[in-house]
Amino acid sequence: MIDTSIVEAGRKLRSGDTTAAALLEAALETAAQTEAQLHSFLTIDSDGARETAAQADADLADGIDRGPLHGIPVALKDNMCTRGLETTAASQILAGYVPPYDATVVTRLRSGGAVIVGKTNLDEFAMGSSTENSAYGLTYNPWDLDRVPGGSSGGSAASVAAGTSLAAFGSDTGGSIRQPASLCGVVGMKPTYGTVSRYGLIAFASSLDQIGPFTRSVEDSALALSAIWGYDPLDATSYPGEYPDPTSGLGVGVDGLRVGVVTELSGEGYEPAVETATAAMVERLRRSGVDVIEVSLPTFDIALSAYYLIAPAEASSNLARFDGIRYGLRVKGNTTEELMARTRAEGFGPEVTRRILLGTYSLSAGYYDAFYGQAQRVRAAIQEDFARAYEQVDVLVSPTSPTVAFEAGARTADPLAMYLSDICTIPSNLAGHPAISVPIGLDGAGLPIGFQVMAPALGETVMYQVAAEVERLAGFTISPRPPAGEP
Amino acid sequence: MADSYTSAAMPIEIDIAHVARLARLDLSDDEMETYKTQLGVILDHAAKVQSLEVVPDVEAAHPLHLANAFRDDRLRPSLDREEVLAQAPDAIDGYFAAPPAMESE
Repeated sequence: MIDTSIVEAGRKLRSGDTTAAALLEAALETAAQTEAQLHSFLTIDSDGARETAAQADADLADGIDRGPLHGIPVALKDNMCTRGLETTAASQILAGYVPPYDATVVTRLRSGGAVIVGKTNLDEFAMGSSTENSAYGLTYNPWDLDRVPGGSSGGSAASVAAGTSLAAFGSDTGGSIRQPASLCGVVGMKPTYGTVSRYGLIAFASSLDQIGPFTRSVEDSALALSAIWGYDPLDATSYPGEYPDPTSGLGVGVDGLRVGVVTELSGEGYEPAVETATAAMVERLRRSGVDVIEVSLPTFDIALSAYYLIAPAEASSNLARFDGIRYGLRVKGNTTEELMARTRAEGFGPEVTRRILLGTYSLSAGYYDAFYGQAQRVRAAIQEDFARAYEQVDVLVSPTSPTVAFEAGARTADPLAMYLSDICTIPSNLAGHPAISVPIGLDGAGLPIGFQVMAPALGETVMYQVAAEVERLAGFTISPRPPAGEP
Repeated sequence: MADSYTSAAMPIEIDIAHVARLARLDLSDDEMETYKTQLGVILDHAAKVQSLEVVPDVEAAHPLHLANAFRDDRLRPSLDREEVLAQAPDAIDGYFAAPPAMESE
């Protein structure tokens, strides 16, 4: 596996101690050894990646430096459009779809010299918390092959943990980057809403979706973010103002910062090992010089309910485009409506169908105000709760996930139990705020535990500042049991 | 997960066949029965949103409270028609092809 960081690899690339081609071959070799068991990728683009890596090496030799991801092997969740490379969103309805354009994030990665290894597995249309809803089979957790990697960006998380990429990109609508990062023992970050373009990201819930990086370290995360974010006229919700420097707080320490511990994100439903590790990290932060303040955000108790009205409502609208007319699967029918209804029934899996029905119901006449309208009011109340909390503290902290990685199949029969996986991550999506998960240790069974740091909108600098200290204090090593070569 | 909010007592009625028709999903009777049960459970939990008593003034959407985004109406290259139609299940003479829309019901 490529047991290094973007920072270290970048240094060696520039000093001539390694090449983009060598980094890529190491990633591909690792994939050849591990993919049969992990299934992180839906598509591996060896040929395209080798061409890009050769170009990256040639550019560096000519003195052209494209930035922090130049020559770095990266992976992309398969809901980001890649021109000429199949993009399925892990759905049968998009089987064989080859986009005629690149997502803005992909354009930025290409112009930044990144080497795209392939497209990673996800829950169909990013709907799920375990990657079990993929139409193309499960991804397994590199730390324990009987367990899920989390989701929906489970393939991206597993790829970084297994060392088949140095950075992977996912999308986070209710926790789909942070929760799998937590379960796979890597760093996963969701930026402020509007700072990373959604152009070319296959939409799930447009007011919540945001692309962000998985990496092996906090500094790598800040560098990967800096390579993809920025104003994009192709996304009407793109933020046109000044962007913070995500790296300027790294290594500065945390003395004098105020850290809020969220009362509502603990107690019933949280595994003891997760609670113990979280409390221990808070105590260590206190010894590093932060003021720890208990804060209550009462609306967090109904955030999950609001989310499961708002996200499916937006999904039911966004997924109306998959109708068998312009792209993807078509099942024949005598009329347009029959064709559409048959195509959609056959092309969408059960979780996507469930959410489309849920969203259609909550937007339908007679129920709109009691469900969708009220959920929007709760969303505003959550933003107000956050605003009050940030008058007292600089960042908020909590576990990322109430549990460590669970066994494959354990929650598939009970959609609500699965939804509870995202209880800690959803509030930041509803508010549009940045948040990061940093691995802080293992439970008794050797499974990773993640620690979440949340910050106000455009608060990436202080978020990374605290995350870097958490990382330093934890001294966590990414060392999943190698799936290949075990006796 | 302190449960300070209680679920609404209002019984939730779901006309699943109507919802499936609105969503253009051709589901079997068995599938509709399963989804109806699951939606009931989820909506019962989701109905907790009705426990919010203090109603905020604004309906939030974008955290940075941006104004509407407009751009100049300038010509720029669009996607290549052939390339786009190559992804369509059926195309005739440069158009997407579909069965008649006016004969339903």
